[in-house]
Amino acid sequence: MVLNSKIPEGPIQQKWDNHRFNIKLVNAANKRKYTIIVVGTGLAGSSAAASLAELGYNVISLCYHESPRRAHSIAAQGGINAPKNYKNDGDSIWRLFYDTVKGGDYRAREANVYRLAQVSGNIIDQCVAQGVPFAREYGGLLDNRSFGGAQVSRTFYARGQTGQQLLLGAYGALSRQINAGKVKFFGRREMLDLIVIDGQARGIVTRHLETGQLESFVGDAVVLATGGYANTFYYTTMAKHSNCTAIWKAHKKGAFFANPCFTQIHPTCIPLSSEYQSKLTLMSESLRNDGRIWVPKKTGDTRSPKDIPEDERDYYLERLYPSFGNLVPRDVASRRAKEMCDKGFGVGPTKLAVYLDFADTIKRNGKAWVEEKYGNLFDMYYQITGEDAYQTPMRIYPAAHYTMGGLWVDYNLMSTIPGLYVIGEANFSDHGANRLGASALMQGLADGYFIIPYTIGDYLASSKLQKVKTDHPAFKESEKNIQDFIKRLLSIKGKQTSDEIHKKLGKVMYDYCGLARNESGLKKALELIPQLRDEFFKDVNVPGTDNNLNPELEKAIRVIDFFGIAELIVRDALHREESCGAHLREEYQTQDGEALRNDEKFSYVAAWEYKDDGTSWELHKEPLIFENVKPSTRSYK
Amino acid sequence: MNFTLKIWRQHNRNSKGKFVEYKAANISPDMSFLEMLDAVNRDLAKKGEDVIAFDHDCREGICGSCGLYINGRAHGPQRGVTTCELRMRHFQDGETLVIEPWRAKSFPVIKDLIVDRTAFDRIIQAGGYVSVDTGSAPEASSIPVPKEKAEEAMDAAACIGCGACVAACKNSSAMLFISAKVSQLALLPQGNAERKIRVQKMVEQMDKEGFGHCSNTYACEQECPKKISVTHIARLNREFIKSIIC
Amino acid sequence: MRTLVQFYNSSVGKKLIVGLTGFLLISFLVIHLFGNLLILRNDGGKAFDAYAEVLPQILIIRIIEVGLFLIFLIHIITAAYTWLLNKQTRGQNYKVRKPGQTSQLTSRTMFLSGSIIFIFLVVHMRQFWYNSRYEAGEHYSMYEVIKATFSEPAYGIFYLIAMFLLGFHLRHGFQSAFQTFGLNDEKYSSIIEWCGVIFWLLIPLGFAVMPLYFLLKF
Ligand SMILES: Cc1cc2nc3c(=O)[nH]c(=O)nc-3n(C[C@H](O)[C@H](O)[C@H](O)COP(=O)(O)OP(=O)(O)OC[C@H]3O[C@@H](n4cnc5c(N)ncnc54)[C@H](O)[C@@H]3O)c2cc1C
Ligand code: HEM
Ligand code: HEM
Ligand code: SF4
Ligand code: F3S
Ligand code: FES
Repeated sequence: MVLNSKIPEGPIQQKWDNHRFNIKLVNAANKRKYTIIVVGTGLAGSSAAASLAELGYNVISLCYHESPRRAHSIAAQGGINAPKNYKNDGDSIWRLFYDTVKGGDYRAREANVYRLAQVSGNIIDQCVAQGVPFAREYGGLLDNRSFGGAQVSRTFYARGQTGQQLLLGAYGALSRQINAGKVKFFGRREMLDLIVIDGQARGIVTRHLETGQLESFVGDAVVLATGGYANTFYYTTMAKHSNCTAIWKAHKKGAFFANPCFTQIHPTCIPLSSEYQSKLTLMSESLRNDGRIWVPKKTGDTRSPKDIPEDERDYYLERLYPSFGNLVPRDVASRRAKEMCDKGFGVGPTKLAVYLDFADTIKRNGKAWVEEKYGNLFDMYYQITGEDAYQTPMRIYPAAHYTMGGLWVDYNLMSTIPGLYVIGEANFSDHGANRLGASALMQGLADGYFIIPYTIGDYLASSKLQKVKTDHPAFKESEKNIQDFIKRLLSIKGKQTSDEIHKKLGKVMYDYCGLARNESGLKKALELIPQLRDEFFKDVNVPGTDNNLNPELEKAIRVIDFFGIAELIVRDALHREESCGAHLREEYQTQDGEALRNDEKFSYVAAWEYKDDGTSWELHKEPLIFENVKPSTRSYK
Repeated sequence: MNFTLKIWRQHNRNSKGKFVEYKAANISPDMSFLEMLDAVNRDLAKKGEDVIAFDHDCREGICGSCGLYINGRAHGPQRGVTTCELRMRHFQDGETLVIEPWRAKSFPVIKDLIVDRTAFDRIIQAGGYVSVDTGSAPEASSIPVPKEKAEEAMDAAACIGCGACVAACKNSSAMLFISAKVSQLALLPQGNAERKIRVQKMVEQMDKEGFGHCSNTYACEQECPKKISVTHIARLNREFIKSIIC
Repeated sequence: MRTLVQFYNSSVGKKLIVGLTGFLLISFLVIHLFGNLLILRNDGGKAFDAYAEVLPQILIIRIIEVGLFLIFLIHIITAAYTWLLNKQTRGQNYKVRKPGQTSQLTSRTMFLSGSIIFIFLVVHMRQFWYNSRYEAGEHYSMYEVIKATFSEPAYGIFYLIAMFLLGFHLRHGFQSAFQTFGLNDEKYSSIIEWCGVIFWLLIPLGFAVMPLYFLLKF
């Protein structure tokens, strides 16, 4: 199979316009004859479901939460980008496009990124009209801040709850369509299989999480908006239920998986303190604007930070990057922190943390100033650790946070299975090898509000679709397989919980495929992962029954797919013999430890095709051609 | 730390529940309340026993999934936190903790400590939004919004839909929840066109769902993890009066 | 009519009715108190009797009186109906509740304090109002009746308890009405609180002075 990205002709500025003109439209009256299944109600899913319903399509919307509003997008704090140039600081669509391509270390598709930058302004308009209470200036106009290392202020925000407010806006739009009867919403449904009939995505099979009942849904197209797969690493900033099952099942049914090894690790998270800790909590990156990061100069220094004199501290980011200092990009900051801890300079009970110190800022500007700016983060830190960060420095450590990889999609956001669309974090997206702050929200909403409503019509108008009902053998067979599989899980009755084994998997991933990767480690991981999977099938204990709400069964089903994706992440990381963005191969770095890209060999999207034997994949390459932004080396010295 | 837990167990919607006693041993004061329950559940799962079901997801106080009634208080005794943010250090070593689900007829128990809060969704569906089709929005900065108004709207919009207000209210009233949405959209010019119909529809749906009447006892404000103020209820009342008179 | 029924059926509608009637009742109490204060004039009840006699003869007062009774009725019935509905919203009750940590006692006991005021009202009507309207002969002195009643400690104390509960009821009721009318705001809440003192403290106190006056004087 040859990958066809379907990038439209013409200069980059006109591609999207040309495309919208050239694609087929579904006649307004015919739209109600089509049913579209949208899985997921995060920013991408809610916005897509609402927009498609507004156009007149019948939409089936599902998610595993009780309510659409609880999707993981709700947790995003920082903000959303749009090059409105309200600050008159020289921002433009082109600059956002350029920053995103560069930030992604030249591993994203130019045409998609440009389109993203183009529609991002409309997102803000739409959200404001929905009543999203973005921060305002005294004059009543919208405020912006700079975020994630951008040189211009283009980030719109609603306190530290931007994701929540955007999601509630989209949820409102979705609710309106549910009320109008155009969207049928099914909560507490977990998609466990994709149904492909005659080569087209025609439906899904779900498990009702309350009753355990398996249900089939038929549609003329399926849209996956099921979020990222970072939870493969277990300890992450993701919500506990975030998982990769939906995309993984689709992958197994033929959708190619692109760039799985591009996983982002966020530098400022509250570190792990005990083995019972359930997740890691992200603290806004903005802390690095005023906090200074350091470790003791001596290894294994157990003194309290107050007792360590100034000249025995190593402010390593300031030392290594005199011009950017503590504000280097996420991947760099994360990597250096891990390096310090690996060398034994780590602090705190686990020695897996570095200090983020506000003492100087407090001395300079006063506690009140810090409180006003960061008070809520200090409170949060106090809630979790019981420590007063005004008195003693915070401890931080990097944590898996976001996944740039995902199902491969063409310019229309359609996967390699006709009729299967993938949007939001679930697709391999526009962020290349590294995502910049405040651009995931932008991408999710761009996909849902402004891209898929156009592109899906093209497919529906130009495809022949058979009449299919849920009694089609494909559905029955899938239901039967799932049932048997669940029976098998329940009958293992071993000694470990799913979480315990998942934690082990996470540790393998952090150790060998986390911030820095090398060939021998990756190979080691490829041995360990199948072993852990075998251990799981021998020794897991899934209590409870399958016809009732059963949290342990839910976890077990999800963990199995994490094994699958973990293996693919490692394979991809092993094959990509270069360092780019979040993917750092220790063998490929400059003398001072910076990423060394290999554009000659690896300027492509790695799209993996699942083979039915379950243990091998075929690699397909989509070459990346840069006509507008010339790849260069990132430098933050 | 060690605790004795008295936890409501109920097999499903239709079965009768009861309290069951558990021990939670060797709990670190830094653990969150849900992590404490995770620890209990881990031991149950290892023994092959059905774990205690409770709702959760983000574990950082924003998704609104979690919510337990702990020793007579919604989200436990601390002010302004959700159950997932609550830490065990706020309890006494050796204490007995009675853990119940939200109790309200409109929030039927699904299993153990999980309740069905879809009534909230139906209230929002009745009108808790601005009707604006994708693509039809004017330029974002074309309508200025005074900063104070935007801030106040944001205060209201911070509601996470957890249902603690209903759980805490002696009348199981959802007034704080619906007022948060009504107030947010009443404060913003964007919500203006539909303000009359919105408040009426949302109140109507709230009543239909079987929530109680607000009698201004203000327990909801005290238990709301986002500290949503009851002045938003006052604004809802005002909107309601206006929707009838004007 | 339909909208009226709808209004009454809606929770916020009922709340508004209770609030509005409650507020009118407070206004009545103010007038009632000032009338009654004539008792305290040291003239053996002349002024008060004159007032008590004239009042029922003015037509408009009779009309207002009917309205007043209606207001009482609406207040009580709506409040009781609401209370009844609210009783049914919980289903299975909590095993442990600590409402004292999150709300005021007065706010949670409005129905109780109201009910006792209701009992008081029945007794009060029977004693003063019914007598003055239907039993009064030529030389009926309201003042004497009051004096006789309050001189009896049992009645006096009953009145005092009732006044205490009235204060209790208004302690919550006064500011609550503002909340109900949508006039509560961070800016005004302290002003409302302070004005409330006049109503929940001074009015019941004013009323209480009368039984006290007679109890202590004789
Ligand atoms: C702590 C944190 C902070 C962040 N801050 C920012 C920020 O400031 N700016 C920014 O731009 N980005 C931020 N991000 C990233 C951003 O939030 C996410 O990338 C984005 O919200 C993903 O949205 P989504 O719609 O693709 O998926 P999600 O919001 O993850 O939604 C997934 C949906 O799919 C459903 N689902 C999943 N699997 C299934 C299944 N099998 N069956 C049925 N339903 C399923 C879920 O129920 C859910 O509704 C942050 C991320 C984190 C973790
Ligand atoms: C006669 C018996 C009475 C009964 C049974 C009664 C009962 C009630 C009840 C149940 C409420 C509702 C409280 C709530 O919403 O929490 C209420 C409110 C109120 N009552 Fe009464 N009441 C009575 C008499 C009075 C009197 C005599 C007054 C005033 C003089 C009064 C003034 C008020 C006020 C101001 C409110 C507040 C309304 C609001 O919350 O908006 N009530 N009453
Ligand atoms: C202790 C002090 C009080 C005294 C001395 C007192 C006295 C009286 C008298 C003399 C009357 C008859 C007036 C007439 O014939 O028209 C009356 C009527 C009435 N009183 Fe009181 N009263 C007292 C307190 C109250 C209180 C606290 C309430 C309400 C809660 C109340 C409610 C009424 C009502 C509703 C009537 C009948 C209406 C009217 O005729 O105006 N009274 N009272
Ligand atoms: S108002 Fe507060 S308590 Fe009620 S649902 Fe919203 S956040 Fe929860
Ligand atoms: S506690 Fe209940 S009575 Fe009203 S003010 Fe809050 S909803
Ligand atoms: S788990 Fe999300 S708010 Fe508690």
